[in-house]
Amino acid sequence: MTTFWFIVIAVLWAGFMVLEGFDFGVGALHGVVGRDDAGRREVIHTIGPVWDGNEVWLITAGAAMFAAFPGWYATAFSGLYLALILALVGLILRGVAIEYRHKRDSARWRRRWSVVLTASSLVLPLMFGVALADFGYGLPIDASQEFVGSFWDLLPFYSVVTGIAFLATTLLHGAIFLGTKVDGAPHMRAARVARVLVPLVILLVITMIVWTYLAVGGGILPSIVALATIAAVLAAGWLVVRRRWGWAFVATAVTLAGMVLSIFTGMYPNVMVSSLDAANNLTIHNVSSAPYSLGVLTVVLAVLFPVVLLYQGWAYRVFRRRAGTGQSVTRP
Amino acid sequence: MSNVDLARLQFAMTSIYHFLFVPLTIGLSFLTALLQTSWHRKGHPEDLRLTKFFGTLLVINIAVGVVTGLVQEFQFGMNWSAYSRFVGDVFGAPLAMEGLAAFFLESVFLGLWIFGWNRLSKRVHLATIWAVAVGSALSAAFIMAANSWMQRPVGYELDPTTGRAQLNDIGAVLTNTVFLWAYVHVLLASLVTASMVMLGVSAWHLRRRTSPEVFGRSARLALIVLVPSALLSLAVGSHLGVVETTYQPMKIAAAEANWNTCGPCSFSLFQIGGGKNDQTPKQIIEVPHLLSLLATGTWNGSVQGLNELQAEYEQKYGPGEYVPNVFIQYWSMRVMAYGGSLVVLFSLIGAVLLWRGRLGRTRWFLRLAVWLAPLPFILNISGWMLTENGRQPWIVQGLQLTKDGVSPSVGTATIVTSIIVFFVLYGILAIVCTILMTHYARKQLAPEPPPGAEPAREPEFIY
Repeated sequence: MTTFWFIVIAVLWAGFMVLEGFDFGVGALHGVVGRDDAGRREVIHTIGPVWDGNEVWLITAGAAMFAAFPGWYATAFSGLYLALILALVGLILRGVAIEYRHKRDSARWRRRWSVVLTASSLVLPLMFGVALADFGYGLPIDASQEFVGSFWDLLPFYSVVTGIAFLATTLLHGAIFLGTKVDGAPHMRAARVARVLVPLVILLVITMIVWTYLAVGGGILPSIVALATIAAVLAAGWLVVRRRWGWAFVATAVTLAGMVLSIFTGMYPNVMVSSLDAANNLTIHNVSSAPYSLGVLTVVLAVLFPVVLLYQGWAYRVFRRRAGTGQSVTRP
Repeated sequence: MSNVDLARLQFAMTSIYHFLFVPLTIGLSFLTALLQTSWHRKGHPEDLRLTKFFGTLLVINIAVGVVTGLVQEFQFGMNWSAYSRFVGDVFGAPLAMEGLAAFFLESVFLGLWIFGWNRLSKRVHLATIWAVAVGSALSAAFIMAANSWMQRPVGYELDPTTGRAQLNDIGAVLTNTVFLWAYVHVLLASLVTASMVMLGVSAWHLRRRTSPEVFGRSARLALIVLVPSALLSLAVGSHLGVVETTYQPMKIAAAEANWNTCGPCSFSLFQIGGGKNDQTPKQIIEVPHLLSLLATGTWNGSVQGLNELQAEYEQKYGPGEYVPNVFIQYWSMRVMAYGGSLVVLFSLIGAVLLWRGRLGRTRWFLRLAVWLAPLPFILNISGWMLTENGRQPWIVQGLQLTKDGVSPSVGTATIVTSIIVFFVLYGILAIVCTILMTHYARKQLAPEPPPGAEPAREPEFIY
């Protein structure tokens, strides 16, 4: 049962990175891809209806950690305190930026929110990438499961590289998403951004995957995940060059999910590794909730999660139409 | 200030701020859904214009409510890690259910509603706003269930080896008496908040005669919702007091500044002074028997005093200070009760004016409606001050003290940093949100499309 909930949380984090990943990328690139105000509006419009639902994956991942592994939630959230403050500021500003940017007819107002949207969309995937990397790579955690390091201990070189790999991949993911959604000049610019990013992303992802395999943990399942992820990122590069945007989007989605899962499969059954002493590691056994509570959660999940997937999938279907050819941005 | 005080300050600050937006979101999503339903059924174009007008206010408000909710979700682990370890087994479950059952529903369908005006059929589009309303109400249900467990822990056992609380009956957690009454109270308060805001905004426009026939309709709807919600909210809140007297006698004794056990007990309407070192404050007005009636539901009921309860708790839990801050309790209770009564009175006057068809022409009432619109927010905050301050010194009543729940690994400088960051950020957000709210609240309605014209492609308030 604890293993099942470990998988659920891994899937929620992977889902968050895949879904919010492209709206992070779109947010970060909206100024580059959409040159003028109309173009930017069109670009933001592609994520407008769905970004908030994507973010719920993060909230649910956090809540699931709290419910299924209270000790993990407690150590991680108090240990990463300052980083989380930064993440929360980013999430708050980003949400408000997307919702408020268009609500005043003033160029200065829009320019400011655009800066906020770009900056927060760049910082957030980096931060969450670093946080996930820290779980697997190890933080100074003492015998009472408390974090005893400083802010700089959160930034080992591996975690920074992983964070940058997540950031670069979400940018590519976002550019490809725009490739499927907008036409004309913005489409050309998104395509150019994607082509520029491809070599960098391939390099970063392969580095991150290999390093994860070596530093976090290997084995049969991690090696399958690693190979699949590398295959996916190579495929993404090829598909971008061939301008097969739909399939390229699938490939970067698989890449992002694979990056998350490579950390999770590598560290299992640990949920947070202690860099001080392996005996201090937080594992699915020593931080989990009791069977009754996990049973209740499992029933709730089994009933609700399929329904959630169904209506979120339906929402994507409703908004599947390309923005440029649709009727969505032709407001006077 | 100790780390505990700082952590409490931060939690109080972020939670109070968050709860300025929550009740308006819950209430306004229901009112907007009602307006759209009315348009769907009767086809008055005014109702569609009102739906879009108040929908814009809803969307502006929801944005801040959602993002500040993220802080709520994270800060248990950040500032209260010992608490999270201790109760996560029980307390985490409703939070996880909230994510799965409520947040997804609210967020996904809000996106569909805002952007779906001409992509979805009218009927499906109407269903999306109802899904948003249900989602926001459900989210309040789960968080109230979690909070009520802190007020009156049920359905758990303490693990003999780890000493942690473990869930053993989810049904008990979800049918906790404190939860049921507190939840209904919160829902009613949300409807009061939103209908007072709708009434205030409509009154502002009615005084200026901008589209009086349209804003007359929204004022009418607001009053129809306000009158029963205000009355019921007062009644349910009063009963919640009786329920809490059973489980948290300290909270109610402190709210009445009742130091020594009495029976029958008088209700103090106003006093000067009071507090730990001043147990015989100057009573200005007292109403005999009223406290007995309110706290126990009987004419001569006896209400335990703070001194007796303190002695009893020392026997039970060991030496310590178990009396919450009496000054906060006494006045938050009175602000809520007097303000709530004022709202009831005001709504009844409004109902009479509406009945006589003079609502749109009674200028003093319209002016008052504008000025009273912020009142429910003060009442909501008072209610939370009463219930959370009254739980102190416990973080979970009878199980864990607040000072034992704080994160051991988080230093003073770190908490101070976060308080400053949130203070500045929330200040800026408050300014931006207020600017937008007043801008859109004072805006003219979107012009009515000429008959036979193609309906507007996108509503006013999207990108």
